[in-house]
Amino acid sequence: MSKRETDEVTGVETTGHEWDGIRELDNPLPRWWLWVFYASVAFAIVYWVLMPAWPGINGYTKGVMGHSDRAQVAQQLQTLRELRGEGAARLTNATLQEIEADPDLQQYALAVGQSVFGDNCATCHGVGGAGAKGYPNLLDDIWLWDGTLDGIHHTLKVGVRAGVEGTRFSQMPAFGRDQLLTSAQVNDLTELVMVLSRGEGDREAADRARPVFADQCASCHGVTGLGDPTQGAPNLTDAEWLYGASREEIRTQIWFGRNGVMPAWAGRFDDETLKALAVYVHANAGGR
Amino acid sequence: MKNIWKKHGVLERRSILLTVAILLVVSVGGLVEIAPLFYLESTIEKVKGVRPYTPLELAGRDVYIREGCYNCHSQMIRPLRDEVERYGHYSLAAESMYDHPFQWGSKRTGPDLARVGGKYSDDWHRDHLIDPRSVVPESVMPPYAFLSGRELETKDVQAKLAAMTKVGVPYTQDMIDNAKADLMTQADPFAPSRDLKARYGEAVLQRDFDGDPARLTEMDALIAYMQMLGTLVDFSTYEAEAPENLR
Repeated sequence: MSKRETDEVTGVETTGHEWDGIRELDNPLPRWWLWVFYASVAFAIVYWVLMPAWPGINGYTKGVMGHSDRAQVAQQLQTLRELRGEGAARLTNATLQEIEADPDLQQYALAVGQSVFGDNCATCHGVGGAGAKGYPNLLDDIWLWDGTLDGIHHTLKVGVRAGVEGTRFSQMPAFGRDQLLTSAQVNDLTELVMVLSRGEGDREAADRARPVFADQCASCHGVTGLGDPTQGAPNLTDAEWLYGASREEIRTQIWFGRNGVMPAWAGRFDDETLKALAVYVHANAGGR
Repeated sequence: MKNIWKKHGVLERRSILLTVAILLVVSVGGLVEIAPLFYLESTIEKVKGVRPYTPLELAGRDVYIREGCYNCHSQMIRPLRDEVERYGHYSLAAESMYDHPFQWGSKRTGPDLARVGGKYSDDWHRDHLIDPRSVVPESVMPPYAFLSGRELETKDVQAKLAAMTKVGVPYTQDMIDNAKADLMTQADPFAPSRDLKARYGEAVLQRDFDGDPARLTEMDALIAYMQMLGTLVDFSTYEAEAPENLR
């Protein structure tokens, strides 16, 4: 079976294998393939010399070109900063108010702000900034916390209940769950909040709740329920609701006292990005 | 010389010999590319802050693996400009030195999660896991609402830590003995935190992650894990461009 012989038609030696009279020619590898193979070997050797390649006992061969991915990305980021150059530098040096006052610079800040907002803030506040249940609407001029330009800038830096030093902090108690008030008192308070916000609701129950409101709620939400942006206490007399406007949703919020968290962005963004973002959010909201 | 090139027939005609020769050649790759990682001290950067996972985070990580999150999410910010711009500092080897197995992944249907810790609130994570499209309308992620209904299995937590020590994670006997207590403490904002923080550092997040204080669920564990991803390294003391940290 393994008898090598020369094929008569092609003149090429066979491997000696035969299956039902079919024999296999022992042709050499195609030249082009062989040369590509040799070229790859040569390329590998050149690569070892030029680039980081072989591990050793204490390190690795660095290659004569001294290439480093990490050094390269640092270089590219530096180039990027230079490309952004003038606009970024002006953002750094100008105050927030100066940025808003200068149309060119404001335009630049809005462009930066929009792109950063889309990538980071839109996940909670929505692509357009309209918010959702539990995530404040940033298009209106109603603010839980200070809605001035500087106030927004500060909130962006330190977040709300973000667990970092200096973060904006306040706590809505869970009046029902933590048994600070009885179920009946929470029901009455719900009616009072309904009356305050839109004049609907059981006025008798609301009147019963007024002393409780003065005791428990007024210190943050104000005696008349107008809220207090220095402690993130929402205005209860307007039509904006973070956790829903229905009777049931209002009651749930008094019962469980959800406290939303906004992350602090100071560590993630550089200063000019934070400024641009503040200008963008402020402009969207109409600008208090 | 010509004869040497003709000798491959010796290998090609003997299947066992050919198999042995292939194994030899392939093992060169392993010896050169894998073995040095175990003895080269420069493989893992010297950084401050990286610690083993707390028992709750480890349980969350197991949920992450069980649900196959790695199929769509990577945990590896490569040293490329666009990735660093979007996700933050590129990932360091040190950041996954206690990962067994690592979760670098190779598929990004969803975004990279290497630095997702602290980027969103716990509420957001909960809303998003329950119904991804409620917060990200264009998302194609499946909902994981059932996680908030499943009690976290805690009876094997000591064994999990002990198993990790077998592959080199430096859990102390103290950590293993108190694993169950530490797990319960981390998910309870009112529990005394001194021992937990003594063992795992001051920066450990201690709160009710899933917004349901009455129960300890898999949602608690998974969110605890997500919220610490990429937050350990103290980058204020890390010199990214020092020669020993360049690769």
